[in-house]
Amino acid sequence: MEYLALQLFNGLVNGSFYALLSLGLAVIFGVLRVVNFAHGALYMLGAFAAYLLLQDFGVGFWLALILAPIGIGIAGMVLERLLIRRLYGLDPLYNFLLTFGLTLMIQDGVRLRYGLQGQPYPAPAELAGSVSAGLVAYPTYRLFVIAFSLVVCVAVWYVIERTRLGMIVRAATERPELTRALGINVDRWITPVFGFGVALAALGGVLAAPMRNVSPLMGSELIIFAFAVVVIGGMGSIAGAVVAGFLVGVLASLAAVFNPALENVVAFALMAIVLLVRPAGLFGSLEARS
Amino acid sequence: MKKTLAGALAVLLLTAACGGGTGAGPSGGTVKLSDGKLVIAVINDQSGVYADLSGKNAVEAVKMAVEDFKAKYGENALGGSVEVLTADHQNKADVAQQKAQEFYERNNADLILDVPTSSAALAIADVAKTEKKLYINVTAATTDLTGKSCNKYTFHYAYDTYMLAQGTGITVTQQGGKSWYIIYPNYAFGQDMEKSFRQAVTAAGGNVVQSDGSPFPNTTGDFSSLLLKAGQLKPQVLGAMQAGGDLVNVVKQYNEFKLKDQNIKLAVGLLFDTDITAVGQDALAGTVYTTPWLWSMDEQSKAFADKFLKRTNIRPTFAHAANYSAAWQYMEAIRRAGSDDADAVVKQLEGYKFNDFFIRNGFVRPEDHWVQHDALIAQVKPKSEAKEAFDYSKVVSTIAADKASRPLSEAGCSMPK
Repeated sequence: MEYLALQLFNGLVNGSFYALLSLGLAVIFGVLRVVNFAHGALYMLGAFAAYLLLQDFGVGFWLALILAPIGIGIAGMVLERLLIRRLYGLDPLYNFLLTFGLTLMIQDGVRLRYGLQGQPYPAPAELAGSVSAGLVAYPTYRLFVIAFSLVVCVAVWYVIERTRLGMIVRAATERPELTRALGINVDRWITPVFGFGVALAALGGVLAAPMRNVSPLMGSELIIFAFAVVVIGGMGSIAGAVVAGFLVGVLASLAAVFNPALENVVAFALMAIVLLVRPAGLFGSLEARS
Repeated sequence: MKKTLAGALAVLLLTAACGGGTGAGPSGGTVKLSDGKLVIAVINDQSGVYADLSGKNAVEAVKMAVEDFKAKYGENALGGSVEVLTADHQNKADVAQQKAQEFYERNNADLILDVPTSSAALAIADVAKTEKKLYINVTAATTDLTGKSCNKYTFHYAYDTYMLAQGTGITVTQQGGKSWYIIYPNYAFGQDMEKSFRQAVTAAGGNVVQSDGSPFPNTTGDFSSLLLKAGQLKPQVLGAMQAGGDLVNVVKQYNEFKLKDQNIKLAVGLLFDTDITAVGQDALAGTVYTTPWLWSMDEQSKAFADKFLKRTNIRPTFAHAANYSAAWQYMEAIRRAGSDDADAVVKQLEGYKFNDFFIRNGFVRPEDHWVQHDALIAQVKPKSEAKEAFDYSKVVSTIAADKASRPLSEAGCSMPK
């Protein structure tokens, strides 16, 4: 019983990463209608930025948690301005190709410099301990990851659904011409929104650094799951991405109790079921898909 | 065909001329190459999880061996030019097989070297058998290469799962780690490791409480469910058979869950220096493992490591050193044979006893082509004891060559002569 309860926490930790990644994907897709294949590579860059900050500048985890997402978010904005922007009017396939190509370039660039094997990154001293939970100890850092990503997800949801800024962004998403007619400069918001989505991916990367192998391929492995999560939650739906992220994490971890091999299958099985029963996703509306 | 016949004839004549001297060191006689040049092909992983531990630098090691060989015996040591080819098998058995076929047939390769990833390694053994060309495997671990998949042209050089289990499994059990929980990646290599370790631990008076396979490849990088289970089972030893990046994740999360504080000792099946770099030396300090070689083990190894560092900017893993050594011993065998004809070289290798900076008390078993040699029990040092970069481990003890080798009776190899 206790084992199951702890396993639930493991599921929430994995879910945190799925949620953060798919949240970024959902925000970008919602506003730009771009499926950002480079998201996994940017997540990996987040982890590497944390590693570099520590290694070369002695900057610890807490500051990295702020600096890395900002830096990579800005890099994302530059990418949007220079490349992605040019393909809006064309078939979405072109942006598939572009972002996928970017992924390969970023991955191989990092690989050339650092190799594939990975780099060490310690957990911050404050969270290096563990919380006793009956017979077994549970790492404090993992609890922090769950709490922190929940806070981030709720904050993002609040900004988009409940503030004036969020209202403008949503309006620009659904009726760009009408929003323009009301005197709002829609284009102004596109670049920051892309940068923000990218920053969320980088944030996930920093959070993952103390737990996972910091290697050039860490993102490409996770991104497939994040896409499955986005589809389950409903393309472009903020709440959907978050709920589906945690749901997939928990279900996969519980399935692993019965058979470790199931862990990798659950997300896709769930995706298939959702597509059959509710093609727009759990929280998706038909409008968001148009 | 005619060419090989002529080659074989030449060999016969030459061996007769030299009095058929075997194993008596370099003959010093002239070498006749079948097509005027010697071609060595290195097939390994150059872009995936095993790219750092062998990869491009293993190719460099082979090139170094060729240059050093010429420096020692003269430019015309092998009676012609030596070419080193290379290909990335992406850890896929079918790609490996295709590349091997291509190298043997189209490029007239005389030898294929390295080949990590057990499934790919076994695929090439089949090609070597049908093509009747030499294949010395260095970086794969499966015992099947000298077991049920053995053949006349395939040799297994550096290490195998039996050696790792004999070293780590028995040492750790004898040190008091009686109950084991084994986790392994669920494919050929991991299953072979699980079997070998289970045997070794049981033979040493220990007991494997349970073993679980983890998905391979493990896309989520998450091993927490298995580690939680370890916390529940409370074995004395957690035996992790994962390799490369997977192992790095296991060790990171083992530390995260504080299993050491619960007196669950970590034993790793296969550890390369590159893994220690990725986890961080202190995170692994105290870990006991088995390895065929350490760059810091003695003066002649260090001398090689210094040269390697100058060329590649890293210290060699045992896979790098083993590729150099295997290429060297192959070229020595050609000089003894006076030809690059595969059958003649096989004859020179079989039963050959030798030592070099990598191999100690070496003996090429004629029955299954396992290259028997001493193995080391090593332990990761804390960073405070490291004298320089990459100074990760120290030697605890040596396992004698025959103890580190699977007995022939268990090998199950029937070598067609």
